[in-house]
Amino acid sequence: MKNAHAREVAVAAAIGALGLVLAIVAPGYFSAENLRDLFLANLPVLLVAIGMTLVIVAGEIDISVGSVFAICAVVAGVLAKAGMPVWLASAAACLLGALFGSINGALVAYAGIPSIVVTLATMVALRDGLRWTTEGAWVQDLPRTFQWLGLTQAEYPFVAASLTAVLTIAFAWGLRHVAAGRAIYATGSNPDAARLAGLDTAAVKCAVFAIVGTLTGLAAVLNAVRFNQIPSNAGIGLEMKVIAAVVVGGASVAGGRGGVPGTVLGVILLAAIGPALTFLGISAHWERAIQGAIILVAIAAEGIRVSVGGRALVHAKTAQT
Amino acid sequence: MAFAGVAALSSCRLPPALLSASSITKSFEGVSALRHVSFELQAGEVHAIVGENGAGKSTLIKIMTGAERPDAGRLTVAGRDVPHMTPALARGLGIAVIYQQPSLFPDLSVAENVALTLETGGIWRRVRWSERRRHARALLEEVGSTVDPARLAGSLSMPEQQLVEIAKAVGADAKVVIMDEPTASLMDDEVERLFAVIRLLRAQGCGIIYISHRLEEVLAMSDRITVLRDGETIATHGKETLDRPALIQAMVGRTLKETKPRTSVATGDVALELRHLSNRELGLSDVSISVHRGEVLGLAGLVGSGRTELAETLFGLVPSDGGEVLVRGVPVRIGSPLEAIQLGIGYVPEDRRRHGVMLEMSIAENTSLANLGAVSSRGLIDRAAERRLAERHVERLRIKAPSVSTDVGALSGGNQQKVALARWLSIEPGILILDEPTQGVDVGAKAEIHALIHELAERGLAIVMISSDLPEVLSMSDRIAVMHAGTVSGVLDRSEATQDRIMALALERAAATSPTPPASGLGASGSRR
Repeated sequence: MKNAHAREVAVAAAIGALGLVLAIVAPGYFSAENLRDLFLANLPVLLVAIGMTLVIVAGEIDISVGSVFAICAVVAGVLAKAGMPVWLASAAACLLGALFGSINGALVAYAGIPSIVVTLATMVALRDGLRWTTEGAWVQDLPRTFQWLGLTQAEYPFVAASLTAVLTIAFAWGLRHVAAGRAIYATGSNPDAARLAGLDTAAVKCAVFAIVGTLTGLAAVLNAVRFNQIPSNAGIGLEMKVIAAVVVGGASVAGGRGGVPGTVLGVILLAAIGPALTFLGISAHWERAIQGAIILVAIAAEGIRVSVGGRALVHAKTAQT
Repeated sequence: MAFAGVAALSSCRLPPALLSASSITKSFEGVSALRHVSFELQAGEVHAIVGENGAGKSTLIKIMTGAERPDAGRLTVAGRDVPHMTPALARGLGIAVIYQQPSLFPDLSVAENVALTLETGGIWRRVRWSERRRHARALLEEVGSTVDPARLAGSLSMPEQQLVEIAKAVGADAKVVIMDEPTASLMDDEVERLFAVIRLLRAQGCGIIYISHRLEEVLAMSDRITVLRDGETIATHGKETLDRPALIQAMVGRTLKETKPRTSVATGDVALELRHLSNRELGLSDVSISVHRGEVLGLAGLVGSGRTELAETLFGLVPSDGGEVLVRGVPVRIGSPLEAIQLGIGYVPEDRRRHGVMLEMSIAENTSLANLGAVSSRGLIDRAAERRLAERHVERLRIKAPSVSTDVGALSGGNQQKVALARWLSIEPGILILDEPTQGVDVGAKAEIHALIHELAERGLAIVMISSDLPEVLSMSDRIAVMHAGTVSGVLDRSEATQDRIMALALERAAATSPTPPASGLGASGSRR
């Protein structure tokens, strides 16, 4: 527990240091307009990252979120164009995300296929399915009510932020205080022992994939309403951004460790760095490289922690019967 | 030069020890693990190291094999100073370690496993498969194993894997063989075979460092015994000067009451009855036993005879496919662990790290896991109630930990086992299945766990205790069911049970004593025909 907080403090310190440098070198970074753009662009990332936190804590991974994100956005747009009320189109996008997530989850939990394989397959299949169906065309001529969810441009940030905040707090609190949250940690920590303790680990795994799918659907809508057209190649690279934020926030890719507060900080740190480069006069092409370096540092810190703790988490597979 | 001269002078009286560690001191993050520990191994001797868990045995082994660097002290191999031991150097100097859990690569063949550590040369060298297999077979024969080198290591039984490990050590021309709890999961005849190999190695002039919690074995096999306690060398004795009570006293630093055999045989109602239970998938057929309230039923048998499989069937991990299970006289079907828990069945599995406890989770979280309903209301966990539940069990089981929010990964083996037990006691079970409850725990914790099992039985629990430790089975059980090839080959009353009779049933030499119907031709029962 102490270690988990250490990570959160470290990431918060990194954010603080970055903010300090920016405040001195490029105070323009903190203009209301820039912060607002940054904030709105990253609310969807945070939602997906929260879902991904559950998946990673359960000891699995989902790299299909980018493709699900694109499909849900396109479907929401098409439905809205066909005259469906925007809230119903949004709900449909969430449901579709939940469906894709459940398919991933069922294949992982009940067919026993490793999640990296399942979601790699669905990532490619969904992306190419979408490309084939839309023939690469963007969804344009969206009804006026779709933009900003039919709200004014001033109202929307408040609504979107409130919704995200409520969901963030609910998941952060639920993971720690609801029995189902405990089941996710137990499943990721030691699936065999969790099963012996009477937990339905297959249902847990299926559920976390369904949740990340639903949140991805919601995120896709919140992202799509900011523009007047929906690209069919939305969400490319989203999975990496999200997984990076979760890992930087202290979740262990081996499962059993991690939490929403760390993920929130991870999202903030990685989101802040990209535009900061522009303000600091560094080529934007360095963004990915720097994000990669931060992830490496985070994972290396995890490795050092594990070896200092002296825990042999990897056991030799033996034929003990 | 001057140094070498001194070393040569000091070693001219006696042949230099194969391996000697003098005044080794080591601490981890300020916690002292070893204080001025000295140890010496001569050629042709079996030198046992005994001590409670946490006494520093593992740390000492790690230092002698280069896995850890000592803070102070001196390590010499065959009279030569080795100031910077590394694992590779240790191997080069002929030091081999055989761990409790063999560390073979399960998906490689036996021959490949042997070759991996023995063959030298560049990584682009040509692999001569027939040569590899021949070499592996020769080494295996030397240690008395008939395993086919082409088999996958993962398909071998535990004793077979151990022999492969020993063959590797022989092949590497090891002068020092360190064995860490080699008999923990072996039955008596397998232990005897292992001892034959140890004697062979000793006769060839190897030095063997033997670490075990089984004191009978230590006393039977060792030429000298070094006792560690709280990171210090207490004494090194020739085995003639020590008997079992003295050894235990040296280990724990106090006289310890050993487990008293049970005297009262309770005869409550039947809590659990199995009638002709079978499980094709796990190779069980026609298992019929019953356990009464307040009774400890020992479940003996060789590794692979179906004891753990029976526990897994009873607990719903792999549901049975034939026969009947009656809980308190009522026929039930147990299709999942949850259903077993709801029927009041608890199961403490064999390998606590793999199946028992969550190392990253706290004692409190581990304790409440099978009984989250009791510490939560409407799906919300009441952390205060959870702490109280855990504290109650920590106290009752005498778990040594700073607090109930300590991660289980930070506890010793015996305390981890107690946490696994706490989880199941917290559901207030009527039937408790214990699989090797004292494997790898020290004598002190072992006696405590034994006392606890008796206390639970006296309070009316029906206990099924699987154990490979025959003295434990004999002293703890009211009745003993012996398994062989997936079925029960006999049930003995405590009055008639002896080690010999149990072994005979385990090997089914005395099949006549148990009128079992002919095997139904399923699973592992083929060998009975």
